[in-house]
Amino acid sequence: MTTDINNTDISRRRLLQIAGWGSFFVTLGILIGGAVRFLFPRVLFERPSTFKAGFPHEFDIKGEADKNGVFEVYEKWKDEHSVWLVREKNRIYAVHVKCTHLGCTPNWFADDRIFKCPCHGSQFHSNGVNSAGPAPRPLDRFGISIADDSMIIVDKSRVYTSKDFDKREAYLEI
Amino acid sequence: MGNEKNNLSYRLTNSQLYKSIFRHSYADTTKNRALQVRSNVFLHLHPVSVPEHAFKIRFTWCMGGITFFLFLVEAFTGVFLMFYYHPVPEFAYHDMKYLEFDVPFGIILRNIHRWAAHLMVFTIILHMLRVFLTGSYKPPREFNWVVGVVLMVLTFLLSFTGYLLPWDQLSYWAITVATNMMGATPVIGHEGPFSVVKKYNDIRFVVLGGTEIEANALLRFYVMHIMVLPAAAIIFMAVHFWRIRKDGGISGPL
Repeated sequence: MTTDINNTDISRRRLLQIAGWGSFFVTLGILIGGAVRFLFPRVLFERPSTFKAGFPHEFDIKGEADKNGVFEVYEKWKDEHSVWLVREKNRIYAVHVKCTHLGCTPNWFADDRIFKCPCHGSQFHSNGVNSAGPAPRPLDRFGISIADDSMIIVDKSRVYTSKDFDKREAYLEI
Repeated sequence: MGNEKNNLSYRLTNSQLYKSIFRHSYADTTKNRALQVRSNVFLHLHPVSVPEHAFKIRFTWCMGGITFFLFLVEAFTGVFLMFYYHPVPEFAYHDMKYLEFDVPFGIILRNIHRWAAHLMVFTIILHMLRVFLTGSYKPPREFNWVVGVVLMVLTFLLSFTGYLLPWDQLSYWAITVATNMMGATPVIGHEGPFSVVKKYNDIRFVVLGGTEIEANALLRFYVMHIMVLPAAAIIFMAVHFWRIRKDGGISGPL
């Protein structure tokens, strides 16, 4: 065997070392990757994200609009689905009953026309816009549409923040 | 020679059965004492002899030892509590009530578990304070401080995961707040700045096993609390105690 300084062949020992350790680390990587993927279940047995809220006429205009253009806040689905249905003159939208600060459940005070969160004192106007306290942004809204049987469907997997409030899916045109 | 008793005990302690279990004699020599400790798996974890400086209670306050003792109390009471606890939402709260009102000594078992947990956190803080004030973190002992901090974090995680298990209002909302904060982590949280993940594959999803605090979350927290975190704690405690021993024993001079 000539000892050539440009000889880039690897010895049999070196090849086996590389193959051995290589296969060890590849296997280890696959096992670790598998273990991580294992922690993300594919099917969740949680509540369905959509629900039928009722017919549009159940959320009629009552009385007068306040200074935010809101006529009425319907609490029908507040307890069961954490959703308020808010009626403006030409729109109905579904507001998530979850404070945008740290996730507590706010309450609607109809006399004061204000939402207030009991945890850290956040306050929101009747249209969900934050007005006081540590809440950083308005209450989120859910996707809302009309089903084939004319019922309102609220889809809680579609969440809209204030920049998307005017998107077609975020409100119902009445 | 001796009387009946002596003969019997002699025959006993020199029988093959006895010798196969206890491989040493009872002679009170230094060599035999060392042999007794060294040949026993439980005793050999201790040093063969204890140096005088290990008894400086005013120096150590014995806080590390007390913390370890409280860990053992937790493990012991925890195992007993496991006999009556089902980690599913339909049973968890009910089992906690069952332990309180029905199971004999269930109240005291649960209360000891709770108290020891709080005390353990407190003694960890005192231990850290002592180590700092006595300069016992100085080289070559710096890394042991790091190991100790890891142990502290593990203790906090044990407290956190254990808190969900009663499945009452305090549990649910504490975990809601904490996991919502996880959801706001940068990059790996779906509500965080620079988020690259969705609600269904962020760090909060891994911790809860879902998007809500439901059965998956309870089970994951249970597995962490009874198996993963204690195993990690034991490994790190082994390293922690080993380092102390190898650096000259507790409260030895630098």
